Amino acid sequence: MTTLAPAPTPVALRRRIELSIDGEAVTVAEGTTILQACRTLGIEVPTLCYLETLAPVNVCRVCVVEVEGSRALVPSCSRPVAPGMVVRTGSERVRTSRRMVLELLASSVDLSTAGGDVHRWIDEYGANADRHGPAGGPTARDRAHAGHHEASAVGEAATVAQVVKRDNDQYVRDYSKCILCYKCVEACGEEAQNTFAIAVAGRGFDARISTEFDVALPDSACVYCGNCIGVCPTGALMFVSEHDLRASGEWDESRQEVTRTVCPYCGVGCNLELHVQDNRIVKVTSPLDHDVTRGNLCVKGRFGFEFAQGG
Amino acid sequence: MYAVDPRRSTSAQWADVWMGIDVGSDIALANTVGREIIRAGLVNTEFVRRATTGFEEYAEAVEPFTLAEGERLTGVPADLIASLAHDYARADRAQLCWTLGITEHHSATDNVLALCDLSLLTGHVGRFGSGLVPLRGQNNVQGGGDMGALPNKFPGFQDVENDDIRAKFDARWGVSVPPTRGWHLSQMFDAMEHGELRALYVLGENPAQSEADTPRAVHLLEGLDHLVVQDIFLTKTAQLADVVLPAALAAFESEGTVTSSERRVQRLRPALQPPEGARDDLEIICELARRLGSDWGHPSAEEVWDECRSLSPMHTGMRYDRLESLGGIQWPCPSEDHPGTPFLHGRLWAEDPDKRGNPAPFMPVAFEPPLDELSEEFPLRLTTGRRLDSFNTGVQSNGYASPLRRPETLDLSPEDMASLGVGEGEVVRITSRRGSISAPVHLERSLRPGLAFMTFHFPDQVNTNVLTLDTWDPKSGTAEFKATAIRVERLPDAVGAAPVLETAEAG
Repeated sequence: MTTLAPAPTPVALRRRIELSIDGEAVTVAEGTTILQACRTLGIEVPTLCYLETLAPVNVCRVCVVEVEGSRALVPSCSRPVAPGMVVRTGSERVRTSRRMVLELLASSVDLSTAGGDVHRWIDEYGANADRHGPAGGPTARDRAHAGHHEASAVGEAATVAQVVKRDNDQYVRDYSKCILCYKCVEACGEEAQNTFAIAVAGRGFDARISTEFDVALPDSACVYCGNCIGVCPTGALMFVSEHDLRASGEWDESRQEVTRTVCPYCGVGCNLELHVQDNRIVKVTSPLDHDVTRGNLCVKGRFGFEFAQGG
Repeated sequence: MYAVDPRRSTSAQWADVWMGIDVGSDIALANTVGREIIRAGLVNTEFVRRATTGFEEYAEAVEPFTLAEGERLTGVPADLIASLAHDYARADRAQLCWTLGITEHHSATDNVLALCDLSLLTGHVGRFGSGLVPLRGQNNVQGGGDMGALPNKFPGFQDVENDDIRAKFDARWGVSVPPTRGWHLSQMFDAMEHGELRALYVLGENPAQSEADTPRAVHLLEGLDHLVVQDIFLTKTAQLADVVLPAALAAFESEGTVTSSERRVQRLRPALQPPEGARDDLEIICELARRLGSDWGHPSAEEVWDECRSLSPMHTGMRYDRLESLGGIQWPCPSEDHPGTPFLHGRLWAEDPDKRGNPAPFMPVAFEPPLDELSEEFPLRLTTGRRLDSFNTGVQSNGYASPLRRPETLDLSPEDMASLGVGEGEVVRITSRRGSISAPVHLERSLRPGLAFMTFHFPDQVNTNVLTLDTWDPKSGTAEFKATAIRVERLPDAVGAAPVLETAEAG
């Protein structure tokens, strides 16, 4: 039989750990990560793959910091603090590493719909994707066997470009925008939905998000909860409504209002954030900081709003 | 996790153990589990002694439910029943969660009581992580009851037939509230049949399609002197109405609150402008009151809520700004410094007998199988239910392009399909003692032989509730949607033709 995990010790009762971050002494509860400790001090650490509601997977490497005595840079999102730790978040070594990561991502991935922070970081860290040459053209990447991809031409930057996948009426997968942060895989899997419809297939530069045997979503295990869209940091996964409004140039967040209400379907009480433009719902999200489902919804709550779209 | 379900549902696939129970034998299972817990000496005797009454009567009532008898009555192997009993009783924390498979039976209330008895036997109630959890199917079905949309209750479950309570409401409202309870839904339909109920005001409900025995429901609605329907759509019920009051959509176009399954009151906020002519429910009701001679003014949703808080002690502390800052509050919340109540019945564990209060009584219940009996003429058991992407009669859910949607089918086990000689997709006639419909067959491996399944999401195409039995539980008024006896026949055109063998791998 399933054994119940022991209840976690409340934060207030945990041992206090003293450390230094950028020369400032700070005391936090044992088990806190360096990233969380930085946030309590108001120090911004950029990250693409970390989300409060998911276990860290350490893949984007943007959040690295320097820890005295550690040979390699340390991913701050997953490394717990230790007594006496000396952390530097803005050293030249850290800045160089972050710049390289952002530059390589920007040269190979279409970041046009990524959140505003990403573009700010690219500017702040001086990441210059152009120095790797112009982006190589689309390839047959999504049909390639795992482990194989076409090399880009000399002088061109290799990209993860592939054909936009639009195989259902609710959401679009444009993996040319995918930075392989794993968030969608985690949200689809054991961190939220436990459906395991998608995973990372292939290795190295050929790695990409895929359904089993790369089948279309309607043939996969997908239950259309859209929790993957909710966690995607770059817009690779997008509501059809947003995708089409962007394509026609009508998507305008400055004209959108976001209202928090409660889902009109079952009795769980999931909170919805309705993104409304011109009195039409164009996207539905759910607040990560709400206890009931911490950002997760089902197909009805996420997509079942058409009945409310009057004349 | 044990999943007790006639079908091997998705939840059952996640469970450690699936118990494929015969439809409607829930009391037999619970009583067998209870007897086995007693026999094995796993009763939480300290809790039973301090916090309950009636254990002896209960033990006597469940005595006939031996494991062998339980297996005979439920179809669940005796060793599985025993392992459920032992694991439940020995667990540090355990919950019993249920949905309509327990409550849409003629013995609905008794089914629930049988589960309550198990929680008393083991002390799995009133502690963090242990309890009884009815999972609500609608976003405000809990709130509707809390607000007094019951025939015998004011807001906060205060009894209409209690003189002191009524005096409080009379004084506040300046009226004299009738001292006797009203009718619940099923009684209303009976009253229509007897000519005692001649006018009906329906808000946001579609009984012309959601009631069991649809032809009878429609006939009775048509026979009313006057029918008023307030809804966001011109539903089948609204089409029968003398007056339709177009309403704004509560969830997206109104201010207000709803209460979830876990008793959490949360705020609704308007995100959309309603279509022209559609008005807020509150505005419609106040306007009706004005025309009936009571001017209630134009209160805001918050003002109405504040009045409710002042009359319902369990809601008193739930100021709008607190609902906002705390992300909702679970009742009871009796004062404005109270954080709300994550679980109920904790008092049963209090050391101090005064704080413990009245002990919880065991409520032994007798087992009675479903009323719509299987026979040679009606040999298959039909149970109805929902699919993930759809909602009830489909008024809300059929409008969006769900990639998961498939039209209504009669789901049958591979064994029954073979013995009936029907193939995937073949349209068959389905007949119960009430009526007859046709629908295509779908092979469903999650069904055991003898069990058929349908939803009622697409009543305009396949009106499943023509088949269902409207006999209702005398205590709750809920109809026995879950257990219908049917027979399945091939249509004349198909007879003689070879059935299409499995074309789809049913998932």
